[in-house]
Amino acid sequence: MTTVIAIGTKKGLWLATSQDRRTYTLSEPHFLNLEVPSVAIDTRGPTPRILAGVNDWHWGPTVVYSDDLGATWSEPEHGAIKFPEDTGAALGRVWHLHPDTADRPGVVWAGCEPISIWKSTDSGENFELNRGLWDHPHRPEWGAGFGGAAAHTILPNPLDDQTVHVAMSTGGVYRTRDGGTTWEAKNRGIAAGFLPGEEPEFGQCVHRITADAANPERMYAQNHGGVYRSDDGGDRWVDIGSGLPADFGFTFLAHPRTADTAWTLPLRADSERIPPDGRLSLYRTTDAGATWSEQHTGLPENEFNVVLRDAADIDLPDPDGIAGLYFGTRGGEVYASNDEGTTFLQVADRLPDVLSVRAASVG
Amino acid sequence: MATAVLEIPGTLAPVWGDRRSAVIDYAAGSSVATFLDVAGADHPRFGRRIRDETGAVRRYVNVFVDGENIRTMAGLDTVVPDGGRVIVIQSVAGG
Repeated sequence: MTTVIAIGTKKGLWLATSQDRRTYTLSEPHFLNLEVPSVAIDTRGPTPRILAGVNDWHWGPTVVYSDDLGATWSEPEHGAIKFPEDTGAALGRVWHLHPDTADRPGVVWAGCEPISIWKSTDSGENFELNRGLWDHPHRPEWGAGFGGAAAHTILPNPLDDQTVHVAMSTGGVYRTRDGGTTWEAKNRGIAAGFLPGEEPEFGQCVHRITADAANPERMYAQNHGGVYRSDDGGDRWVDIGSGLPADFGFTFLAHPRTADTAWTLPLRADSERIPPDGRLSLYRTTDAGATWSEQHTGLPENEFNVVLRDAADIDLPDPDGIAGLYFGTRGGEVYASNDEGTTFLQVADRLPDVLSVRAASVG
Repeated sequence: MATAVLEIPGTLAPVWGDRRSAVIDYAAGSSVATFLDVAGADHPRFGRRIRDETGAVRRYVNVFVDGENIRTMAGLDTVVPDGGRVIVIQSVAGG
């Protein structure tokens, strides 16, 4: 079994491969000098497909894919993601690529800037704009985070193909129960410290959401200030940040198999936006956020770079196996753990800013 | 019909069969927009590198007609003269 880590950076894509999840070989750069803010490894087909959202500052954004682990790349002639003419919009950046579950072959989701989500049913070669979210009456009031205005997280419910959750910055969490026709804001309980007054119905800057392995209605959210859990598909969120050294951050990872187990990567905000005291650590909960424990072994003592929302991933090599954790920093360091965060090893260093990380076991 | 030369930047040559220039036949009196439509018809990847879905020239792309940047003329409505030369160049950007 080969483990592949796809590392999208501000100036290209690297692939790290390992046969033992301990020693990694780093490829030459792909798409050198082009930004790769999103990447996915789709292992549902007969051969793994790597998808990448590539952004050329001169020539624009596009989606490419490789069916031979990066030996060759293909790009649809007319572009995989194109805003329909009547929208008057143009694709700014592909922030998020998410293959759906194994029983929905060919379905791949994309979250984009401007705020929009897209669905492909042909493994990422053509995407269709979700009109329900695009035409949402809240759209004029959605804003832009520092990195732009984008839908950056898409969570299709594995048990119910009519339910999908989306997180956007800024706007917060939205949910559909009818396959994407209509969407409701689901931010009750999530703070918006950058807005005056009571928490709004929408407008939060939720940085990442993820779903629990045992129950997809149990969800976790890393907010722009605040760490939350919902037990009812987002109807109500409760603060689970007690026990963490900071409540800011960008990413959240749920264990693919084990209930109530998840990781976040705290950052000190708003004045610092670095790992607390320069100590880069993951924090794991095994009780759905009631308690947290630090995981730091193998990580540097002084690290002043952040880990962005798409720059972390978790994989499960086999259903009964031990999960791997992977993440990269804006300082170009990439770390992996083959023991669910007990220890980490460095996969790469001195790369450009890491924007996206995905890992999978192939072959 | 009219004919003009399209000069292709090196970074886009791969999407045009590694060519750096092409002779484009188009209707006399056509605008740059129409000229680019014609040029991109058989090379859609080239077309969408130059302009986004709305038809606008991308921010960091410059198009010159006989040495003049169309942004200082009539933009995409600038007429491409018969026998002219249309040059696409990426602008200063990046870091």
